[in-house]
Amino acid sequence: MTDLIDQWAGIAPGSKLDLLRAKRPQARASAQESYRLLLHPDQPGEFSLEDRHAVAAFVAGLHEEPETRAHYEALPGAGARLEAIRAAVAAGAAQGPYGAYPEGPLSAENLDGPEFAVPAEVAAALGAKLSRGLEHAHLLTFHPRDADPAALQRLLDAGWTPDSIVGLSQLVSFLAFQIRAVIGLRALAAA
Amino acid sequence: MTIATVILHPDNAEPKAFTQEELGWAPWLPPLEEAELTERHYEGLVDRSRAKSPYFRLLAREPEALAARTRTDKDIFYNTEGGLPRAERELAATAVSRVNGCIFCASVHARFAAHHSKRGAEVQRLLDEGVSARIDPRWDAVAAAATALTRTPSAFGAAEIAALRAAGLADDEILDAVFASAFFNWANRLMLSLGEPTPPVK
Repeated sequence: MTDLIDQWAGIAPGSKLDLLRAKRPQARASAQESYRLLLHPDQPGEFSLEDRHAVAAFVAGLHEEPETRAHYEALPGAGARLEAIRAAVAAGAAQGPYGAYPEGPLSAENLDGPEFAVPAEVAAALGAKLSRGLEHAHLLTFHPRDADPAALQRLLDAGWTPDSIVGLSQLVSFLAFQIRAVIGLRALAAA
Repeated sequence: MTIATVILHPDNAEPKAFTQEELGWAPWLPPLEEAELTERHYEGLVDRSRAKSPYFRLLAREPEALAARTRTDKDIFYNTEGGLPRAERELAATAVSRVNGCIFCASVHARFAAHHSKRGAEVQRLLDEGVSARIDPRWDAVAAAATALTRTPSAFGAAEIAALRAAGLADDEILDAVFASAFFNWANRLMLSLGEPTPPVK
């Protein structure tokens, strides 16, 4: 199977960086396996394939990295409702990480930033449950230190279960890793 | 269908500053009970001893994804065949956690960075002053690269690679710095969003 990180970073088979990546074989294989398990699982459970793809296209859009964004937008669950997802990305654009610390000595480092709400016309197209999922994805992508129990309660109230919340959290957090791995490797390959 | 409710910890005296002390962590969603764990869950945990951790038992709700996450983590941080010294991989993890604001993650990896480098005071300066603390050219370059990669959208590019090389890092070391930093952008988000740190167990 193609290693997506290598493909996007432009690591050619047999190149110096290909050989260096081969020194961390488990990390390389397990990153790709994480992609398969989170985006194309055999048993998606309560977090449907379509919604996984939509969340991924939204998160990749927020990272503004063109190649990964194009890949995730082309997955079937995203492609079918691309207009709504792109509208959500446009409404959610921000610069992270921001957020607040527990009140105390770190409060001086608090950084303000937007609290994302899916626009009404996007929510109408994507439904309440997925829209709530995108709002949580935005929180994790840009201001994870603002996460609190209330954010999880909002997901539960919208029909997410504890299992599917773990799946959603893994997907968004994995993408934060994968996209950065691509950006870092590509910069190294180009230098 | 009954809707589950989150677990609140109203009596928790949440740590308010970055520390190298050994913190605890309390989940906001119910972890699996140890008695419920099957062989499939243990495979997800990779190390059976992780069944004691509420964090890993919560992630074990998706055992295959947890297993793949854990194997990625272990190879990036613990495979010592060449590459970046262990201390500097932990330094990158600490810097990312400092920028994202994960007090729990920073506590664990600052402790590891201090252990491997024997430079606990310098690690503490990174926690106290933040990633703009100046320590030495090599550590500063690793922390700056980790910081740039942690921004969303990422601010990492040719300048960071040049600074890492100027500080003496070879390409296999830069590769480890990139993956250690990228990985903590995964780990911080899970730790920050599924529960909260608790005070050191005295």
